[in-house]
Amino acid sequence: MNRSLYHAMLKDMLLARSFEERAAKEYSEGNIAGFLHLYPGEEAVAVGVLHAAEPSDYIVSTYREHVHALVRGVKARSIMAELFGRIDGCCKGMGGSMHLFDNERRFMGGYAIVGETYPVAIGLGYAIAMKNQPEAVICFFGDGAVNQGTFHESLNMAALWNLPVLFVCENNHYQIGTEIHRHSAVSDVYKRACGYHMPAEKINGMDVLKVYEATRAALNRIREGTGPQFLEMETYRFRGHSQADAGNYRPRIEVDAFRHIDPLTQAERNEDKLYPSAEKLAAVGSDHIHDFSQHLQTQQLINEEEVIQFQQQVDDIVEDAVQFASQSPEPTMEDAKDALNCNRGQEVLI
Amino acid sequence: MSEEIFYYQALNRALDEEMTADDSVFTLGEDVGLAGGSYRVTEGLYAKYGEWRVRDTPISEGSFTGLGVGAALIETRPVVEIMTVNFALLALDAIINMAAKIPFMSGGQFAMPLVVRMPGGIAKQLAAQHSQRLEHTLMNVPGLRIAVPTTVQDAWWQLKQAIQSNEPIVLLEHELLYFSKGILDEDAEPIPMHRAVVRRPGEDMTIISYSRTAILAQEAATWLAEYGISAEVIDLRSLSPVDWGTCITSVQKTHHLLIVEEDCVFAGAGAEIAAKLAEACFYELDSPVKRHGALDIPTPYNRTLEIASAPTVESILEAAQQVMSENKL
Repeated sequence: MNRSLYHAMLKDMLLARSFEERAAKEYSEGNIAGFLHLYPGEEAVAVGVLHAAEPSDYIVSTYREHVHALVRGVKARSIMAELFGRIDGCCKGMGGSMHLFDNERRFMGGYAIVGETYPVAIGLGYAIAMKNQPEAVICFFGDGAVNQGTFHESLNMAALWNLPVLFVCENNHYQIGTEIHRHSAVSDVYKRACGYHMPAEKINGMDVLKVYEATRAALNRIREGTGPQFLEMETYRFRGHSQADAGNYRPRIEVDAFRHIDPLTQAERNEDKLYPSAEKLAAVGSDHIHDFSQHLQTQQLINEEEVIQFQQQVDDIVEDAVQFASQSPEPTMEDAKDALNCNRGQEVLI
Repeated sequence: MSEEIFYYQALNRALDEEMTADDSVFTLGEDVGLAGGSYRVTEGLYAKYGEWRVRDTPISEGSFTGLGVGAALIETRPVVEIMTVNFALLALDAIINMAAKIPFMSGGQFAMPLVVRMPGGIAKQLAAQHSQRLEHTLMNVPGLRIAVPTTVQDAWWQLKQAIQSNEPIVLLEHELLYFSKGILDEDAEPIPMHRAVVRRPGEDMTIISYSRTAILAQEAATWLAEYGISAEVIDLRSLSPVDWGTCITSVQKTHHLLIVEEDCVFAGAGAEIAAKLAEACFYELDSPVKRHGALDIPTPYNRTLEIASAPTVESILEAAQQVMSENKL
């Protein structure tokens, strides 16, 4: 790992947090509607995994996918405009928050039916293997998705045919409002992969470096022909399941405990009332990104001024994205019909 | 160059030709490989193209259909065989939520050259879980196309057209048609995939049908001629989109309409046909639009009851006579 990679990861985590908090604000002001599933708390997973991927790899994600798209390189403007339902959104306002797609960046979609990402991922993997290409597929899903039938069906086929798929479980401990011990007989998610002879490990998903290293190693094994791999990223979401969910089913003490290992340096953002203050965090121990930031500073890979600059830069990017989105026109019904019939070309139907 | 072959052979030939022409075409499903397919549609292809292009799958309809969706996103042309339409209920998420939605939800970024083939309909004493018709469910899904080949020629044409298309298409194949014989003329000028065809011209009434009941309707029409009723029989060939023009032209000529389907009558495929044509041809009709389809019950195992639960030549004849008798009132 080099200095620019560390910087990029830190900056992406800051951007992810800033983007999502602004999305929440725009939602409360009525500029974004529908279901909005936010990512704060889980940033280290998307950032670590996607920085370890190649541009030629394919990404399949869930309905909590804004940050996956952002880290993959989809412009903040384009995502925010999609959340606003505007024509300049990455899906022209047809998909919305839960259905971000970017063909150019091989971002193969956000899927909002729990358990859909596996079959899409093995399909991509199958096509890659059939054509004998070097790419891999990264398949995201939550702990709540491992009890769908498609999990077992797809892992079986991936292992049976040695497909180049990396399964990444974002275990945030909750399927909507039900805690993992109340929804899963086996709560160590990674152990389920053993049923399909698939190499699997549990990773501290609050530690971006560990996430990065584990992903890098797993992708290398896939490219060497070892077949599908499985990583369980243990993480936590600070907010409710969606903006319609206050998350009241979670014990306060649990939320606080995980905030203490917040992957982001919220300690440096005192104005944000949603998160513990710098003092409070200092009182219970350090948070991971603060450690990360300190580590980089000790190694002289970054200085405090640069961190502050990064924060300013990402806030500017998000502000620009909101301005762009609010000025983008609404799509027309013609645009919707064009999207529906996009594959018809010159084909004569009747 | 025309020859007489079985319906299943026409499908086999279509698949074989498309797989030869384009190496991104592959097929998958239960027993399609080594066993050659439960209705012999993929016979010989495993040996010819190998396991990656003719893939035997586990019994996992939801995921192997979804696999087809994923593969179709990156320029391959999967032909998924679901052993029977009844099992497709386990794959509806892949078909309805994924295949039919992704091109739209992505704002038109992705092609979806997916074909899903499903045998279905009432065969012979397969009982309620293996005798369903699900066209009504699929018709209500914007973004999905449905072809229902009746003849050997259509089986060959429509499968080839479906594979070449960039839109998701379901092919509903009636189980009792696989071993029916017909003429295949490979040199004939292809009919567009979703155009309806007048199988028998007539003057007095229009009978609209599709798949196996379109054959029964033609038989009934020969009997009707004996009774002095000239019936025009239209084979829809497609249930989404529907070729309304051909239907409306016929009704404008005959002024009487009977719709025959194997789907259950309540909210079945015929309900949409009847509603649309009643709207479009209200002032042309000399008698009420009539639907004749399967009884609204799960298909009984008992052979006598099974036969009585769905249209036969005799029951179509009776329904047609009823339409014409109402004219005299």
